[in-house]
Amino acid sequence: MADTSASAKDSVHGHHPAQQHHFESMVQQQESVTLGMWLFLVTEIMFFGGLFLAYLLYRLWYPAAWAEGSRELDIVLGSINTVVLIGSSLTMAFAVRTAQLGQNKATVNWLILTMLLGLVFLVIKGFEYAHKFEMHHVPGPNFEFEGPYAAQVQIFLSLYFVMTGLHALHMLIGFGLLSVIAWMAHKKRFSPEWYSPVEMAGLYWHFVDIVWIFLFPLLYLVDRVHHGA
Amino acid sequence: MSGHVSPKSMYFTIFGALMFFTALTVGVAFVDLGVLNFPVALGIAITKATLVILFFMHVIHSSRLTKLIVATGFFFLLVLFGLTLTDYLSRGWMPNGAKATQIDY
Repeated sequence: MADTSASAKDSVHGHHPAQQHHFESMVQQQESVTLGMWLFLVTEIMFFGGLFLAYLLYRLWYPAAWAEGSRELDIVLGSINTVVLIGSSLTMAFAVRTAQLGQNKATVNWLILTMLLGLVFLVIKGFEYAHKFEMHHVPGPNFEFEGPYAAQVQIFLSLYFVMTGLHALHMLIGFGLLSVIAWMAHKKRFSPEWYSPVEMAGLYWHFVDIVWIFLFPLLYLVDRVHHGA
Repeated sequence: MSGHVSPKSMYFTIFGALMFFTALTVGVAFVDLGVLNFPVALGIAITKATLVILFFMHVIHSSRLTKLIVATGFFFLLVLFGLTLTDYLSRGWMPNGAKATQIDY
């Protein structure tokens, strides 16, 4: 496949070097790549969906504990992180857009900015976690909580750590993806004819953003005004 | 290529809308709407997610097959929630006098 320039008019290799032989055309290849990525994201929707269902059922059983647990979370840090993460989705969208236009250098810059915003998110999350450790609000043998619903609040905080933890893990995987993509863009691998890896990494990053769009109101905001409802 | 390049202004508009809804959901969290707080927060989150999926993830310009796959994902998520809740929410509905097996939950 390396001898593309020499064999451009060759009957076998008269196509873009990025086109795999089992695809009819670049359009069909792009179609298939997008479809495959979405199938993966559907499995991710179901994966997080199970956790959201667990959240919902326990909330129906222990509404008072849910209200108490929710008020333990820092609404200011949560809001800042929401803005930061949606901002990183915007920069990611621009990374894809510049890749579509073949501006590899701009793509690298947008990807680095996206990762920096992701890093800000994780650092803030780290401060929130550290505060929970200091307060002994981490579920387990050292868990301490004032009030009649301590055991149920522990369930809330367990779900808080599992859901935000898995979300953070997805972001770390995202850093890995974006690093590779940024390196490829640095090597000027993308062109208006072929930029699928940037677009697919973008789909993944936006999906992680969507998970947070649901986690933020459900964990931080809901029940804020209902005192021990 | 299927490469529909959207104008920069579109991305800024969507980002602005997402910021507006973020501010709205935080603000409304401090207003006591009774039982409505939860559906309102969820509705705003679904609106934001829809904007991201359609415009940031380009589903609005994707093929019908891709749109179908995306919709399928959320359809089965609704099945998961719907069928589970029909069980859990109806457990107290046992008619008077019926010999119900006591379940500990």
